[in-house]
Amino acid sequence: MRFVGGKFLHLIVVILAVTVLTFAMLDLLPTSAAYAVAGANASAHDIAAIQEDLGLGDPALVRYGKWLAGVLRGDLGVSLVSGQPVAQAVASHLPATVELVVLAQLFTLLIAVPVGLFSAWRVDSRFDRFCSALGFGLTSIPSFALAMVLVYFLALKLKWFPAVGYAPLSAGIWPNLKSLFLPAVSLALVEWVILMRVLRSELIATLQEDFILLARAKGLPAWKILLQHALRPSLFGALTVFGLQVGNLIGGAVIVEQLFALPGIGRLLLAGIFAQDFTMVQGCVLLIAVAYVAVNFLVDVGYGLLDPRVRCGGVVRG
Amino acid sequence: MVDRLSVHLPCGESIVRAVDEVSFTLERGQTLALVGESGCGKSMLCRAIMGLVPGRALLPAPGRIVFAGQDLGALEAGERAGLCGGRIGMVLQDPLSALNPVMKIGRQIAEPMRHHLGMTRVQARQRSIELLRAVGIAQAATRIDCYPHQLSGGMRQRVVIAIALACEPQLLIADEPTTALDVTVQAEILDLLADLQQERSMAMILVSHNLGVVAGRAHETAVMYAGRIVEQAPTGELFARMRMRYTRALFDAIPRLDDPAQATLTAIDGQSPDLAALPDGCSFAPRCAHAEARCTGEAPTLVSDGHARHRHACWFPCAVGPTA
Repeated sequence: MRFVGGKFLHLIVVILAVTVLTFAMLDLLPTSAAYAVAGANASAHDIAAIQEDLGLGDPALVRYGKWLAGVLRGDLGVSLVSGQPVAQAVASHLPATVELVVLAQLFTLLIAVPVGLFSAWRVDSRFDRFCSALGFGLTSIPSFALAMVLVYFLALKLKWFPAVGYAPLSAGIWPNLKSLFLPAVSLALVEWVILMRVLRSELIATLQEDFILLARAKGLPAWKILLQHALRPSLFGALTVFGLQVGNLIGGAVIVEQLFALPGIGRLLLAGIFAQDFTMVQGCVLLIAVAYVAVNFLVDVGYGLLDPRVRCGGVVRG
Repeated sequence: MVDRLSVHLPCGESIVRAVDEVSFTLERGQTLALVGESGCGKSMLCRAIMGLVPGRALLPAPGRIVFAGQDLGALEAGERAGLCGGRIGMVLQDPLSALNPVMKIGRQIAEPMRHHLGMTRVQARQRSIELLRAVGIAQAATRIDCYPHQLSGGMRQRVVIAIALACEPQLLIADEPTTALDVTVQAEILDLLADLQQERSMAMILVSHNLGVVAGRAHETAVMYAGRIVEQAPTGELFARMRMRYTRALFDAIPRLDDPAQATLTAIDGQSPDLAALPDGCSFAPRCAHAEARCTGEAPTLVSDGHARHRHACWFPCAVGPTA
């Protein structure tokens, strides 16, 4: 498929740009990494030695080249604080984040799509107005506040779920899902609203189209018209929002990760920032950026799957 | 048969009388043409027959639609849906927007057959290919896997017709089937519809705003104005002796080949009336050059003029004579 091929080349270019920015970010910091390594009481001599050791004396381009070569081999350097390889730390924190994102977005879809469909089918019905009001209410509450309410009732009172902690998949699928349920739900309860609103408004527009009238003239039942005719052409906005949400959650679920003590990328990044562990921050930011770009690449491919007109030459829907 | 059918659309405080006490009877194998300006209620009438009026629309008593002996208004929603697409087919005005852009045309044609006739996927596909051939699409076996955007406007309208014909309907409603098409394709599509109708002895309602489209293709022609039928006659009779000044005006609005070059196109003065606030009396009176006091005071009813099923609604009809 030429369409995907072209998009993929684009992806490579964007990721290269991301590595430049990530590297430059560290390089442009007012303080040298050597100070962080050496600690507050280091002498000028120590600093110079460490700078030599880290190769900070080389020109920026050379250091970028070395760093990029390392990245391509999967070597993100070592933590300035603990000495642990950054790649290893990131890899160990990735499963919790990926699982959290997948589960949270799954719940988001499970709420947003049915509600969006039904609201659009019966615009201004009681159900529609109730869901809109509920949605606006939920988005105006931060997800961690919701999380605390959920923990209080479902974990502390009913004891259905653990309040904090992460059980890895190796501990069994059920404990694993149980440990992620509350954080995922508290994220989804906020995320579904935007997705639903976007889907609803696009569906309302689609349902005005002639081809929906023709589908009704065929005598098809309402659920077939909605699911088979109206849903797919209405998914563009929702797909875009979905992609952005996934990208955001990969590094941005920090508060929820912190609250539930999940060992995710967000927490790793936060700890790195506090400890001035620049290589760790650099590794995390690189991962988040690459994930973001990759997700948006998949969204672009998704447009092509949704609409045959996109595949063969860039028809943009208004 | 449509008997005193009205469609009223509440719109804020007022009520839009989109269709006002329209009655006609259509026999098997016959074509009825509905002609009138934009906004005169033609499309709403078609939708009312299909049961596809907007949710807020009212269909006041005693309006009835009787199809093959059944009063459609008395049917359950489910039974009604069984008629739509099954025994009544519909062709919409704009084939560019009438097909789902993200669904292969084969599936769109097969859909009503799978739904109403319970065909399997394979049977429906086979039949879809036959239908595509019947509506004059070459290489039907490969075209069936096309998306709508890969076809031209005329071909898409053929596909829409194939969909309407899929379940062998007894009534085909064609709502301005050629308005959105190239002039060169218009005649082809109209001839195709006429041929298919003859072959299958369907009844057909052909909607148009162009009297020229109707001539020679419809057995009977009804002229609509402001939600009402104002003149109705067998098509030949209508063209031979137009009684309504509105019909005459519509006829004069068709550009003619023997007009001198640069001739100004004839238009009907004024605008269609606001259907929410119809004037007392004849609704065409404000635009009629021959209106008299009685026309604005008292609404004319559709009466026979005593000549070959010709009916008209005018107090002072045109003199009977050869048309210009």
